[in-house]
Amino acid sequence: MQKRLVLDEGQIAITLRRFCHQLIENHDDFENTVLLGLQPRGTLLVDKIVSLLQEISGVKVPSGYLDATFHRDDFRRRDLPLKANETKIDFLVEGKKVILVDDVLYKGRSVRAAMDAMIAFGRPQKVELMVLVDRKLTRDYPIMPDYFGVRINTLESQYVIVEWKEQGHGKDAIWITEKDKS
Amino acid sequence: MSQLSTKHLLGIKNITENDVQLILDTAANFKEVINRPIKKVPSLRDITIANIFFENSTRTRLSFELAEKRLSADVVNFSSSNSSVKKGETLVDTVNNILSMKVDMVVMRHSSPGAPHFLSRNVKANIVNAGDGTHEHPTQALLDAFSIKEKFGDVAGKKVAIIGDILHSRVALSNIFCLQKLGAEVMVCGPITLLPKYIKSLGVKVELDVKKALQWCDVANVLRIQLERQQIKYFPSLREYSLYYGINKKLLDQLDKEIVIMHPGPINRGVELSSDVADSEHAIILEQVQNGVAVRMAVLYLLAGARN
Repeated sequence: MQKRLVLDEGQIAITLRRFCHQLIENHDDFENTVLLGLQPRGTLLVDKIVSLLQEISGVKVPSGYLDATFHRDDFRRRDLPLKANETKIDFLVEGKKVILVDDVLYKGRSVRAAMDAMIAFGRPQKVELMVLVDRKLTRDYPIMPDYFGVRINTLESQYVIVEWKEQGHGKDAIWITEKDKS
Repeated sequence: MSQLSTKHLLGIKNITENDVQLILDTAANFKEVINRPIKKVPSLRDITIANIFFENSTRTRLSFELAEKRLSADVVNFSSSNSSVKKGETLVDTVNNILSMKVDMVVMRHSSPGAPHFLSRNVKANIVNAGDGTHEHPTQALLDAFSIKEKFGDVAGKKVAIIGDILHSRVALSNIFCLQKLGAEVMVCGPITLLPKYIKSLGVKVELDVKKALQWCDVANVLRIQLERQQIKYFPSLREYSLYYGINKKLLDQLDKEIVIMHPGPINRGVELSSDVADSEHAIILEQVQNGVAVRMAVLYLLAGARN
Protein backbone atom coordinates (compact mmCIF):
# COMPACT_ATOMS: atom_id res chain seq x y z
CA MET A 1 0.00 0.00 0.00
CA GLN A 2 1.36 3.42 -0.96
CA LYS A 3 1.91 5.81 1.93
CA ARG A 4 2.96 9.41 1.75
CA LEU A 5 4.19 11.31 4.79
CA VAL A 6 2.34 14.58 5.45
CA LEU A 7 3.91 15.64 8.76
CA ASP A 8 6.66 13.95 10.74
CA GLU A 9 7.17 13.97 14.50
CA GLY A 10 9.16 17.19 14.58
CA GLN A 11 6.66 19.03 12.39
CA ILE A 12 3.72 17.82 14.49
CA ALA A 13 5.46 19.10 17.65
CA ILE A 14 5.94 22.52 16.02
CA THR A 15 2.28 22.55 14.92
CA LEU A 16 1.00 21.74 18.42
CA ARG A 17 3.16 24.49 19.88
CA ARG A 18 1.85 26.94 17.25
CA PHE A 19 -1.74 25.93 18.15
CA CYS A 20 -1.06 26.81 21.78
CA HIS A 21 0.38 30.22 20.95
CA GLN A 22 -2.55 30.99 18.64
CA LEU A 23 -4.96 30.00 21.42
CA ILE A 24 -3.13 32.22 23.91
CA GLU A 25 -3.35 35.14 21.44
CA ASN A 26 -7.07 34.67 20.95
CA HIS A 27 -8.17 33.56 24.40
CA ASP A 28 -5.84 35.53 26.65
CA ASP A 29 -6.06 33.96 30.13
CA PHE A 30 -8.64 31.29 29.13
CA GLU A 31 -10.99 32.54 31.83
CA ASN A 32 -14.08 31.57 29.87
CA THR A 33 -12.69 28.99 27.46
CA VAL A 34 -13.07 25.20 27.34
CA LEU A 35 -11.65 22.59 24.97
CA LEU A 36 -13.66 19.62 23.70
CA GLY A 37 -11.95 16.71 21.97
CA LEU A 38 -14.17 14.88 19.50
CA GLN A 39 -14.40 11.12 19.96
CA PRO A 40 -12.73 8.95 18.97
CA ARG A 41 -9.62 10.60 17.56
CA GLY A 42 -9.69 14.12 18.90
CA THR A 43 -9.36 13.10 22.53
CA LEU A 44 -5.64 12.36 22.58
CA LEU A 45 -5.01 15.59 20.69
CA VAL A 46 -7.00 17.65 23.16
CA ASP A 47 -5.08 16.10 26.07
CA LYS A 48 -1.81 17.04 24.37
CA ILE A 49 -2.97 20.62 23.77
CA VAL A 50 -4.14 20.99 27.39
CA SER A 51 -0.83 19.80 28.85
CA LEU A 52 1.23 21.85 26.42
CA LEU A 53 -0.86 24.95 27.21
CA GLN A 54 -0.24 24.36 30.89
CA GLU A 55 3.49 24.06 30.24
CA ILE A 56 3.59 27.29 28.20
CA SER A 57 1.12 29.53 30.03
CA GLY A 58 0.66 27.82 33.40
CA VAL A 59 -3.12 27.69 32.95
CA LYS A 60 -5.02 24.41 33.05
CA VAL A 61 -7.87 24.89 30.62
CA PRO A 62 -10.98 22.79 31.38
CA SER A 63 -11.42 20.07 28.79
CA GLY A 64 -13.67 17.14 27.97
CA TYR A 65 -14.50 14.50 25.40
CA LEU A 66 -17.57 14.76 23.20
CA ASP A 67 -19.08 11.79 21.37
CA ALA A 68 -21.51 12.60 18.57
CA THR A 69 -22.49 9.07 17.53
CA PHE A 70 -26.15 9.52 18.49
CA HIS A 71 -26.32 12.81 16.61
CA ARG A 72 -24.87 11.58 13.31
CA ASP A 73 -26.97 12.05 10.18
CA ASP A 74 -25.82 8.75 8.61
CA PHE A 75 -27.42 6.47 11.23
CA ARG A 76 -29.40 3.74 9.40
CA ARG A 77 -27.89 5.00 6.15
CA ARG A 78 -24.46 3.44 6.46
CA ASP A 79 -23.89 -0.31 6.37
CA LEU A 80 -22.74 -0.69 9.95
CA PRO A 81 -23.74 1.55 12.84
CA LEU A 82 -20.83 3.21 14.59
CA LYS A 83 -20.02 2.15 18.12
CA ALA A 84 -20.57 4.94 20.59
CA ASN A 85 -17.74 6.29 22.76
CA GLU A 86 -17.66 7.97 26.11
CA THR A 87 -18.78 11.57 26.49
CA LYS A 88 -16.98 13.08 29.45
CA ILE A 89 -17.85 16.70 30.10
CA ASP A 90 -18.08 17.70 33.76
CA PHE A 91 -19.03 21.33 33.12
CA LEU A 92 -21.73 23.20 31.21
CA VAL A 93 -20.76 25.04 28.02
CA GLU A 94 -23.42 27.71 28.68
CA GLY A 95 -21.87 31.10 27.92
CA LYS A 96 -18.43 29.57 27.30
CA LYS A 97 -16.04 29.88 24.38
CA VAL A 98 -15.72 26.33 23.13
CA ILE A 99 -12.89 25.03 20.98
CA LEU A 100 -13.72 21.74 19.28
CA VAL A 101 -10.62 19.68 18.60
CA ASP A 102 -10.29 16.86 16.07
CA ASP A 103 -7.49 15.25 14.11
CA VAL A 104 -8.81 15.38 10.52
CA LEU A 105 -11.52 17.55 8.96
CA TYR A 106 -13.02 15.80 5.93
CA LYS A 107 -16.72 16.08 5.03
CA GLY A 108 -17.62 18.26 7.99
CA ARG A 109 -20.44 15.92 9.02
CA SER A 110 -18.79 14.82 12.26
CA VAL A 111 -18.30 18.44 13.26
CA ARG A 112 -21.94 19.24 12.47
CA ALA A 113 -23.04 16.29 14.61
CA ALA A 114 -20.64 17.35 17.36
CA MET A 115 -22.09 20.88 17.44
CA ASP A 116 -25.54 19.33 17.74
CA ALA A 117 -24.36 17.09 20.60
CA MET A 118 -22.62 20.01 22.30
CA ILE A 119 -25.85 22.03 22.52
CA ALA A 120 -27.12 19.46 25.07
CA PHE A 121 -24.62 20.96 27.49
CA GLY A 122 -25.81 24.56 27.08
CA ARG A 123 -25.60 27.49 24.68
CA PRO A 124 -21.98 28.45 24.09
CA GLN A 125 -20.95 32.06 23.56
CA LYS A 126 -18.69 31.12 20.68
CA VAL A 127 -17.47 27.93 19.00
CA GLU A 128 -14.16 27.47 17.22
CA LEU A 129 -12.74 24.48 15.41
CA MET A 130 -9.17 23.20 15.59
CA VAL A 131 -7.92 20.37 13.39
CA LEU A 132 -4.51 18.93 12.68
CA VAL A 133 -5.31 18.19 9.03
CA ASP A 134 -7.78 20.07 6.84
CA ARG A 135 -8.66 18.03 3.74
CA LYS A 136 -9.29 20.76 1.23
CA LEU A 137 -12.30 20.78 -1.15
CA THR A 138 -13.97 17.70 0.32
CA ARG A 139 -16.60 19.35 2.49
CA ASP A 140 -20.32 18.45 2.43
CA TYR A 141 -21.20 21.19 4.93
CA PRO A 142 -20.07 24.83 5.11
CA ILE A 143 -17.58 24.22 7.90
CA MET A 144 -14.06 25.67 8.05
CA PRO A 145 -11.46 25.32 10.79
CA ASP A 146 -10.29 28.33 12.80
CA TYR A 147 -6.97 26.62 13.46
CA PHE A 148 -5.39 23.99 11.23
CA GLY A 149 -2.03 22.25 11.20
CA VAL A 150 -1.78 21.53 7.51
CA ARG A 151 -4.18 21.98 4.61
CA ILE A 152 -3.87 19.30 1.92
CA ASN A 153 -5.43 18.15 -1.33
CA THR A 154 -6.73 14.58 -1.16
CA LEU A 155 -8.90 12.26 -3.23
CA GLU A 156 -12.03 10.40 -2.08
CA SER A 157 -10.03 7.21 -2.59
CA GLN A 158 -7.50 8.21 0.06
CA TYR A 159 -7.32 8.05 3.85
CA VAL A 160 -5.49 10.43 6.11
CA ILE A 161 -4.05 8.56 9.08
CA VAL A 162 -2.74 10.21 12.23
CA GLU A 163 -0.41 7.99 14.28
CA TRP A 164 0.62 8.70 17.87
CA LYS A 165 3.38 7.12 19.93
CA GLU A 166 0.87 6.72 22.78
CA GLN A 167 -1.13 4.38 20.57
CA GLY A 168 1.78 2.03 20.00
CA HIS A 169 3.32 3.59 16.90
CA GLY A 170 7.09 4.13 16.65
CA LYS A 171 6.79 7.85 16.01
CA ASP A 172 4.09 10.51 15.73
CA ALA A 173 3.26 10.89 12.04
CA ILE A 174 0.52 11.85 9.61
CA TRP A 175 0.17 9.84 6.40
CA ILE A 176 -1.94 9.73 3.27
CA THR A 177 -2.76 6.21 2.09
CA GLU A 178 -4.93 4.68 -0.62
CA LYS A 179 -8.14 3.00 0.58
CA ASP A 180 -8.00 -0.77 0.35
CA LYS A 181 -9.99 -1.70 -2.77
CA SER A 182 -10.77 -5.30 -1.69
CA MET B 1 -18.86 -5.57 16.63
CA SER B 2 -21.14 -2.62 16.47
CA GLN B 3 -24.23 -4.43 15.22
CA LEU B 4 -26.63 -6.91 16.81
CA SER B 5 -26.93 -10.38 15.31
CA THR B 6 -30.71 -10.08 15.28
CA LYS B 7 -33.47 -7.80 14.00
CA HIS B 8 -35.74 -8.52 16.95
CA LEU B 9 -35.22 -8.77 20.68
CA LEU B 10 -37.47 -11.69 21.50
CA GLY B 11 -35.53 -13.16 24.38
CA ILE B 12 -32.07 -13.47 25.84
CA LYS B 13 -31.84 -17.16 24.96
CA ASN B 14 -31.45 -16.55 21.24
CA ILE B 15 -29.01 -13.62 21.28
CA THR B 16 -25.25 -13.94 21.62
CA GLU B 17 -22.92 -12.88 24.41
CA ASN B 18 -21.55 -10.23 22.02
CA ASP B 19 -25.07 -8.86 21.58
CA VAL B 20 -25.48 -8.59 25.35
CA GLN B 21 -22.10 -6.87 25.76
CA LEU B 22 -22.87 -4.45 22.92
CA ILE B 23 -26.22 -3.55 24.49
CA LEU B 24 -24.62 -3.00 27.91
CA ASP B 25 -21.78 -0.89 26.44
CA THR B 26 -24.23 1.23 24.44
CA ALA B 27 -26.48 1.58 27.49
CA ALA B 28 -23.56 3.09 29.41
CA ASN B 29 -23.36 5.81 26.75
CA PHE B 30 -27.10 6.42 26.98
CA LYS B 31 -26.95 6.61 30.76
CA GLU B 32 -24.62 9.57 30.31
CA VAL B 33 -27.09 11.07 27.81
CA ILE B 34 -30.08 10.86 30.17
CA ASN B 35 -28.12 12.64 32.88
CA ARG B 36 -27.39 15.64 30.64
CA PRO B 37 -29.28 18.93 31.02
CA ILE B 38 -30.90 18.10 27.65
CA LYS B 39 -31.71 14.41 27.77
CA LYS B 40 -32.58 13.89 24.16
CA VAL B 41 -30.68 12.72 21.07
CA PRO B 42 -32.02 12.76 17.51
CA SER B 43 -31.01 9.21 16.49
CA LEU B 44 -34.50 7.75 15.87
CA ARG B 45 -36.25 10.85 14.61
CA ASP B 46 -37.36 9.07 11.42
CA ILE B 47 -38.76 6.06 13.29
CA THR B 48 -42.23 5.39 14.64
CA ILE B 49 -42.64 2.89 17.45
CA ALA B 50 -45.87 1.30 18.65
CA ASN B 51 -46.07 0.15 22.25
CA ILE B 52 -48.62 -2.63 22.25
CA PHE B 53 -49.51 -3.83 25.72
CA PHE B 54 -51.95 -6.69 26.11
CA GLU B 55 -51.08 -6.95 29.80
CA ASN B 56 -50.86 -4.39 32.58
CA SER B 57 -47.61 -2.55 33.07
CA THR B 58 -46.44 0.68 34.69
CA ARG B 59 -42.69 0.63 34.88
CA THR B 60 -41.86 -1.16 31.65
CA ARG B 61 -44.29 0.82 29.58
CA LEU B 62 -43.22 4.18 30.97
CA SER B 63 -39.60 3.18 30.66
CA PHE B 64 -39.98 2.20 27.00
CA GLU B 65 -41.94 5.34 26.24
CA LEU B 66 -39.32 7.56 27.85
CA ALA B 67 -36.54 5.69 26.06
CA GLU B 68 -38.33 6.17 22.74
CA LYS B 69 -38.96 9.85 23.34
CA ARG B 70 -35.38 10.48 24.40
CA LEU B 71 -34.27 8.95 21.12
CA SER B 72 -36.68 11.34 19.32
CA ALA B 73 -38.85 8.52 17.93
CA ASP B 74 -42.56 9.07 17.31
CA VAL B 75 -44.57 6.97 19.73
CA VAL B 76 -48.06 5.49 19.63
CA ASN B 77 -49.50 3.61 22.56
CA PHE B 78 -52.01 0.86 22.49
CA SER B 79 -53.53 -1.15 25.27
CA SER B 80 -55.88 -4.04 24.75
CA SER B 81 -58.44 -2.90 27.31
CA ASN B 82 -59.85 -0.16 25.07
CA SER B 83 -59.21 -1.64 21.63
CA SER B 84 -60.76 -3.76 18.91
CA VAL B 85 -59.12 -6.86 20.39
CA LYS B 86 -62.23 -6.95 22.53
CA LYS B 87 -64.26 -7.17 19.31
CA GLY B 88 -62.47 -10.35 18.24
CA GLU B 89 -59.61 -9.14 16.02
CA THR B 90 -56.61 -11.49 15.78
CA LEU B 91 -53.13 -10.49 16.97
CA VAL B 92 -51.63 -10.44 13.47
CA ASP B 93 -54.51 -8.37 12.12
CA THR B 94 -54.27 -5.89 14.98
CA VAL B 95 -50.54 -5.43 14.50
CA ASN B 96 -50.68 -5.33 10.70
CA ASN B 97 -53.32 -2.62 10.93
CA ILE B 98 -51.04 -0.62 13.16
CA LEU B 99 -48.08 -1.24 10.86
CA SER B 100 -50.02 -0.10 7.78
CA MET B 101 -49.96 3.33 9.40
CA LYS B 102 -46.17 3.22 8.80
CA VAL B 103 -44.89 2.00 12.12
CA ASP B 104 -41.30 0.69 12.10
CA MET B 105 -40.95 -1.04 15.45
CA VAL B 106 -43.27 -2.80 17.84
CA VAL B 107 -42.73 -3.13 21.56
CA MET B 108 -45.12 -5.77 22.79
CA ARG B 109 -46.21 -7.28 26.07
CA HIS B 110 -48.52 -10.25 25.90
CA SER B 111 -49.77 -12.86 28.34
CA SER B 112 -49.06 -15.75 25.95
CA PRO B 113 -45.50 -17.10 25.90
CA GLY B 114 -44.11 -16.92 22.36
CA ALA B 115 -46.50 -14.21 21.14
CA PRO B 116 -43.65 -11.88 20.03
CA HIS B 117 -41.90 -14.80 18.29
CA PHE B 118 -45.09 -15.54 16.39
CA LEU B 119 -45.44 -11.89 15.49
CA SER B 120 -41.83 -11.60 14.29
CA ARG B 121 -42.53 -14.32 11.73
CA ASN B 122 -45.72 -12.72 10.48
CA VAL B 123 -45.22 -8.97 10.35
CA LYS B 124 -42.61 -6.68 8.86
CA ALA B 125 -41.25 -4.67 11.79
CA ASN B 126 -38.61 -4.97 14.46
CA ILE B 127 -40.21 -6.63 17.48
CA VAL B 128 -39.12 -6.02 21.05
CA ASN B 129 -40.49 -8.37 23.66
CA ALA B 130 -41.56 -6.42 26.74
CA GLY B 131 -42.63 -9.61 28.52
CA ASP B 132 -44.47 -12.64 27.16
CA GLY B 133 -46.38 -14.49 29.83
CA THR B 134 -44.15 -16.65 32.00
CA HIS B 135 -41.50 -16.92 29.27
CA GLU B 136 -39.01 -14.05 28.87
CA HIS B 137 -38.57 -10.38 29.75
CA PRO B 138 -35.28 -9.61 28.01
CA THR B 139 -34.95 -5.88 28.72
CA GLN B 140 -35.45 -6.50 32.45
CA ALA B 141 -32.62 -9.05 32.44
CA LEU B 142 -30.39 -6.64 30.51
CA LEU B 143 -31.05 -3.81 32.94
CA ASP B 144 -30.42 -6.14 35.89
CA ALA B 145 -27.10 -7.20 34.35
CA PHE B 146 -26.28 -3.54 33.64
CA SER B 147 -27.03 -2.64 37.28
CA ILE B 148 -24.80 -5.46 38.56
CA LYS B 149 -22.01 -4.43 36.20
CA GLU B 150 -22.35 -0.83 37.31
CA LYS B 151 -22.21 -1.82 40.99
CA PHE B 152 -19.37 -4.35 40.80
CA GLY B 153 -17.52 -3.40 37.60
CA ASP B 154 -18.14 -6.80 36.06
CA VAL B 155 -20.78 -9.52 36.00
CA ALA B 156 -18.40 -12.44 35.40
CA GLY B 157 -17.68 -14.47 38.53
CA LYS B 158 -20.45 -12.83 40.57
CA LYS B 159 -22.90 -15.00 42.48
CA VAL B 160 -26.52 -14.07 41.92
CA ALA B 161 -29.43 -15.65 43.79
CA ILE B 162 -32.88 -15.26 42.29
CA ILE B 163 -35.35 -15.64 45.12
CA GLY B 164 -39.12 -16.13 45.02
CA ASP B 165 -41.69 -17.23 42.47
CA ILE B 166 -39.42 -18.76 39.82
CA LEU B 167 -42.20 -20.84 38.25
CA HIS B 168 -44.25 -17.90 37.01
CA SER B 169 -41.41 -15.48 36.44
CA ARG B 170 -40.27 -14.34 33.02
CA VAL B 171 -37.71 -12.17 34.79
CA ALA B 172 -36.10 -15.27 36.34
CA LEU B 173 -35.72 -17.09 33.04
CA SER B 174 -34.30 -14.11 31.16
CA ASN B 175 -32.00 -13.32 34.08
CA ILE B 176 -30.65 -16.89 34.15
CA PHE B 177 -29.82 -16.79 30.42
CA CYS B 178 -28.34 -13.30 30.60
CA LEU B 179 -26.21 -13.81 33.72
CA GLN B 180 -24.89 -17.14 32.47
CA LYS B 181 -23.91 -15.61 29.12
CA LEU B 182 -21.93 -13.00 31.05
CA GLY B 183 -20.20 -15.60 33.22
CA ALA B 184 -22.03 -15.20 36.54
CA GLU B 185 -23.06 -18.08 38.80
CA VAL B 186 -26.80 -18.30 39.30
CA MET B 187 -28.83 -19.85 42.10
CA VAL B 188 -32.60 -20.02 42.36
CA CYS B 189 -34.31 -20.15 45.73
CA GLY B 190 -37.96 -20.48 46.67
CA PRO B 191 -40.58 -22.92 47.93
CA ILE B 192 -40.26 -26.21 46.02
CA THR B 193 -43.73 -25.72 44.54
CA LEU B 194 -42.59 -22.48 42.90
CA LEU B 195 -39.44 -23.95 41.32
CA PRO B 196 -40.01 -25.47 37.87
CA LYS B 197 -38.99 -29.12 37.49
CA TYR B 198 -36.68 -28.39 34.54
CA ILE B 199 -34.74 -25.67 36.36
CA LYS B 200 -31.63 -27.77 37.10
CA SER B 201 -31.23 -28.49 33.39
CA LEU B 202 -30.43 -24.78 32.94
CA GLY B 203 -27.26 -25.23 34.98
CA VAL B 204 -28.34 -23.24 38.03
CA LYS B 205 -27.93 -24.12 41.69
CA VAL B 206 -31.14 -24.80 43.59
CA GLU B 207 -31.58 -23.87 47.25
CA LEU B 208 -34.69 -24.10 49.38
CA ASP B 209 -33.30 -22.28 52.42
CA VAL B 210 -33.28 -18.52 51.89
CA LYS B 211 -30.63 -17.95 54.60
CA LYS B 212 -28.20 -20.25 52.82
CA ALA B 213 -28.96 -18.56 49.51
CA LEU B 214 -28.28 -15.11 50.97
CA GLN B 215 -25.06 -16.32 52.59
CA TRP B 216 -23.89 -17.72 49.24
CA CYS B 217 -24.65 -14.77 46.98
CA ASP B 218 -23.21 -11.34 46.16
CA VAL B 219 -26.53 -10.16 44.75
CA ALA B 220 -30.05 -11.23 45.66
CA ASN B 221 -32.63 -10.54 42.96
CA VAL B 222 -35.93 -10.82 44.81
CA LEU B 223 -39.07 -11.55 42.80
CA ARG B 224 -42.71 -10.86 43.45
CA ILE B 225 -45.21 -13.62 44.09
CA GLN B 226 -47.33 -13.51 40.94
CA LEU B 227 -50.72 -14.25 42.41
CA GLU B 228 -52.43 -13.24 39.16
CA ARG B 229 -50.80 -16.19 37.36
CA GLN B 230 -51.49 -18.76 40.07
CA GLN B 231 -54.60 -20.80 39.41
CA ILE B 232 -53.98 -23.14 42.35
CA LYS B 233 -52.45 -22.58 45.77
CA TYR B 234 -48.69 -23.14 45.75
CA PHE B 235 -48.18 -22.29 49.43
CA PRO B 236 -50.53 -22.05 52.40
CA SER B 237 -50.64 -18.27 52.84
CA LEU B 238 -48.78 -15.06 52.02
CA ARG B 239 -48.05 -14.72 55.74
CA GLU B 240 -46.35 -18.10 55.77
CA TYR B 241 -44.43 -17.29 52.57
CA SER B 242 -43.23 -14.06 54.12
CA LEU B 243 -42.16 -15.92 57.27
CA TYR B 244 -40.00 -18.41 55.35
CA TYR B 245 -38.90 -16.46 52.29
CA GLY B 246 -39.41 -12.79 53.11
CA ILE B 247 -36.16 -10.84 53.38
CA ASN B 248 -35.87 -8.43 56.26
CA LYS B 249 -33.15 -6.43 57.97
CA LYS B 250 -32.71 -9.01 60.73
CA LEU B 251 -31.94 -11.70 58.17
CA LEU B 252 -29.39 -9.50 56.41
CA ASP B 253 -27.74 -8.58 59.73
CA GLN B 254 -27.12 -12.26 60.42
CA LEU B 255 -24.92 -12.57 57.30
CA ASP B 256 -21.19 -12.10 57.66
CA LYS B 257 -21.06 -9.94 54.52
CA GLU B 258 -22.96 -7.20 52.71
CA ILE B 259 -25.04 -8.17 49.73
CA VAL B 260 -26.87 -6.12 47.13
CA ILE B 261 -30.66 -6.40 46.93
CA MET B 262 -32.43 -6.06 43.59
CA HIS B 263 -36.12 -6.23 42.72
CA PRO B 264 -37.75 -5.84 39.30
CA GLY B 265 -40.84 -4.21 40.85
CA PRO B 266 -43.60 -3.88 41.72
CA ILE B 267 -42.67 -4.69 45.32
CA ASN B 268 -45.17 -6.28 47.66
CA ARG B 269 -43.81 -4.67 50.80
CA GLY B 270 -43.95 -6.97 53.77
CA VAL B 271 -44.22 -10.09 51.58
CA GLU B 272 -40.96 -10.74 49.71
CA LEU B 273 -39.14 -7.65 51.01
CA SER B 274 -39.64 -5.71 54.21
CA SER B 275 -39.61 -1.92 53.97
CA ASP B 276 -36.43 -1.59 56.03
CA VAL B 277 -34.62 -3.60 53.33
CA ALA B 278 -36.36 -2.10 50.29
CA ASP B 279 -35.45 1.41 51.45
CA SER B 280 -31.97 0.57 52.75
CA GLU B 281 -28.61 1.32 51.17
CA HIS B 282 -28.33 -2.38 50.22
CA ALA B 283 -31.16 -2.00 47.72
CA ILE B 284 -30.44 -0.67 44.21
CA ILE B 285 -34.06 -0.91 43.12
CA LEU B 286 -34.40 2.71 41.99
CA GLU B 287 -31.05 2.57 40.17
CA GLN B 288 -32.46 -0.41 38.30
CA VAL B 289 -35.39 1.73 37.18
CA GLN B 290 -33.12 4.52 35.96
CA ASN B 291 -30.87 2.02 34.17
CA GLY B 292 -33.97 0.56 32.53
CA VAL B 293 -34.41 3.68 30.39
CA ALA B 294 -30.75 3.64 29.28
CA VAL B 295 -30.84 -0.08 28.47
CA ARG B 296 -34.07 0.25 26.48
CA MET B 297 -32.61 3.21 24.57
CA ALA B 298 -29.65 1.00 23.68
CA VAL B 299 -31.89 -1.86 22.53
CA LEU B 300 -34.08 0.38 20.36
CA TYR B 301 -31.09 2.24 18.92
CA LEU B 302 -29.22 -0.94 18.03
CA LEU B 303 -32.27 -2.66 16.55
CA ALA B 304 -33.04 0.39 14.44
CA GLY B 305 -29.44 0.43 13.23
CA ALA B 306 -29.58 -3.27 12.37
CA ARG B 307 -32.60 -2.82 10.15
CA ASN B 308 -30.93 -2.49 6.79
